[in-house]
Amino acid sequence: MIKFILKRMLEAIPTLLVLITITFFMMRFAPGSPFSGERSLPPEVLANIEAKYGLDKPVLEQYFSYLGSLAQGDLGPSFKYKDYTVNELVAQALPVSAKIGSIAFIFTVLMGVSVGTLAALKQNTWMDFSIMSTAMAGVVMPSFVLAPTLVYIFAIKLQWLPAGGWNGGQLQYIILPMLGMSLLYVASFARIMRGSMIEVLSSNFIRTAKAKGLPYRHIILRHALRPALLPVVSYMGPAFVGIITGSVVIETIFGLPGFGKLFVNGALNRDYSLVLGLTILIGSFTIIFNAIVDILYAFIDPKIRY
Amino acid sequence: MSLLDVKDLRVEFSTPEGSVTAVNDLTFSLEAGQTLGIVGESGSGKSQTAFALMGLLAKNGIISGEALFNGQQVLNLPEQQLNAIRAEKISMIFQDPMTSLNPYMKVGEQLKEVLRLHKGMSNREAHVEAVRMLDAVKMPEAEKRMAMYPHEFSGGMRQRVMIAMALLCKPQLLIADEPTTALDVTVQAQIMTLLNELKSEFNTAIIMITHDLGVVAGICDKVLVMYAGRTMEYGSAKDVFYRPSHPYTEGLLKAIPRLDTEGEILPTIPGNPPNLLKLPQGCPFQERCHRVSDHCRQHTPELSTFGDQRQRACHDNFHLSGGQ
Repeated sequence: MIKFILKRMLEAIPTLLVLITITFFMMRFAPGSPFSGERSLPPEVLANIEAKYGLDKPVLEQYFSYLGSLAQGDLGPSFKYKDYTVNELVAQALPVSAKIGSIAFIFTVLMGVSVGTLAALKQNTWMDFSIMSTAMAGVVMPSFVLAPTLVYIFAIKLQWLPAGGWNGGQLQYIILPMLGMSLLYVASFARIMRGSMIEVLSSNFIRTAKAKGLPYRHIILRHALRPALLPVVSYMGPAFVGIITGSVVIETIFGLPGFGKLFVNGALNRDYSLVLGLTILIGSFTIIFNAIVDILYAFIDPKIRY
Repeated sequence: MSLLDVKDLRVEFSTPEGSVTAVNDLTFSLEAGQTLGIVGESGSGKSQTAFALMGLLAKNGIISGEALFNGQQVLNLPEQQLNAIRAEKISMIFQDPMTSLNPYMKVGEQLKEVLRLHKGMSNREAHVEAVRMLDAVKMPEAEKRMAMYPHEFSGGMRQRVMIAMALLCKPQLLIADEPTTALDVTVQAQIMTLLNELKSEFNTAIIMITHDLGVVAGICDKVLVMYAGRTMEYGSAKDVFYRPSHPYTEGLLKAIPRLDTEGEILPTIPGNPPNLLKLPQGCPFQERCHRVSDHCRQHTPELSTFGDQRQRACHDNFHLSGGQ
């Protein structure tokens, strides 16, 4: 197992390097620069600024010096938020995104699994049909439609919850953005869980368990749940990435001071170092999370051993 | 009172194409410690008979009739009452040992949970008892095997685990649904020997479902030959084997390969079993029967009793002239 984890960490390095390289050059070759605003600067001033950030040097040299400082854990200065380094900006945004992201993710998995199981156990009843049609609606609804709808219903009409803002991460500020991020994936998880649970329940070893006179509850919890979770676990990787990507939209809609908002601003401002830094971070999270999923697999399926 | 008395057992499935009668008015009985062989081709209703007795039918199955186990009706029981009988009084082993054990659970745990739930044993007691039962089914290194997963076992070993699991609570009746079909010939023989030994050791009655007449000859006291969900012939194994009274049984017996008839073409029963959705009028076996007459195509033969508690469903009376 330790060997496996080490191997995955080593594999992550080239993956990240490719990610950094592509992002770096895409940003540089995109038209515009961090300092091309509506008001064009005098050429001398621009040259001075570019010299300060090293933008006057050849692109390749910039690339290697970026890699050099990255190796020391330095993501460089932000091009747009003066007086801030990317490290500082990330340090501010990370707790917000991590909190809301992990809550959304845990909620998604728990909800999806339990709703899906319920639908499977009540297969072809009104409960199954209503869960699955709601889930279908959830799958087809984009988050930029869902989130404003949630705000309209719960913040404006019912006035139960605030329409946006962070306010130190109090519960009532988290609920709506969390729902906005997760409902789509709750729906997907529920559909996957229902399908796999139905399949597992029709397998031969469940028939054996019934023939052994085990109570239904015991059969579901001890015999069926574990194998039924396997497809759910494989979907965790893509869902995790999806929730992170979705946070770009959700954080902007709810005005949350997290990654997503920083990312959008960074991209609009051509803040090279900020976008690169965030890309690396999100890329690393994805790689780490996929490794966790692989380890989870080994815990569920005894045939998988690393 | 017999251990098991089945009367007019009927299993129907409602399908989108119409109602299918998989088991049609089956009647048989079994004494304690006896072995009954149920023989027939695939789709003749053998397994569905067993599933009906265990309450394991698919959701669209409808059961009617009577099955008295020690005088208690076991058909159509609610889940809770069924669970009190399953494993405790009647247990079952299945056709495919490769998929019948839970691949995600240690073998020991799968054995122990039966004892904990039915006998209220502690984990420690259950462990000791489970190891003892694995020893009884001649599992080498039983203690070590408890902590292994099914994929670490061979097919024969898995079937031994299944048998051990079925016998944990010392049931009075064991239903074995083609227990050797998925196994190698040599392993088949080992498993059959084992079942035969356990039968006398635990004084368990067995319903042996099979399409292998060799298996029946080796272990069974009584034989029930099924075709298209119906009883074709029923009687003691000896009678059925030496004096078959139904053309279908004749055909089955002739179709067993023999070592002393080298070079000859193995006789077969021509044709296929009928579609249960559109059974022909009259005898279900008429299309494949070499003794068929016009009468058979009009009238379904009733089950008639003759000789020493034997039953047959055939219009032709060839058996009265001593067979053939």
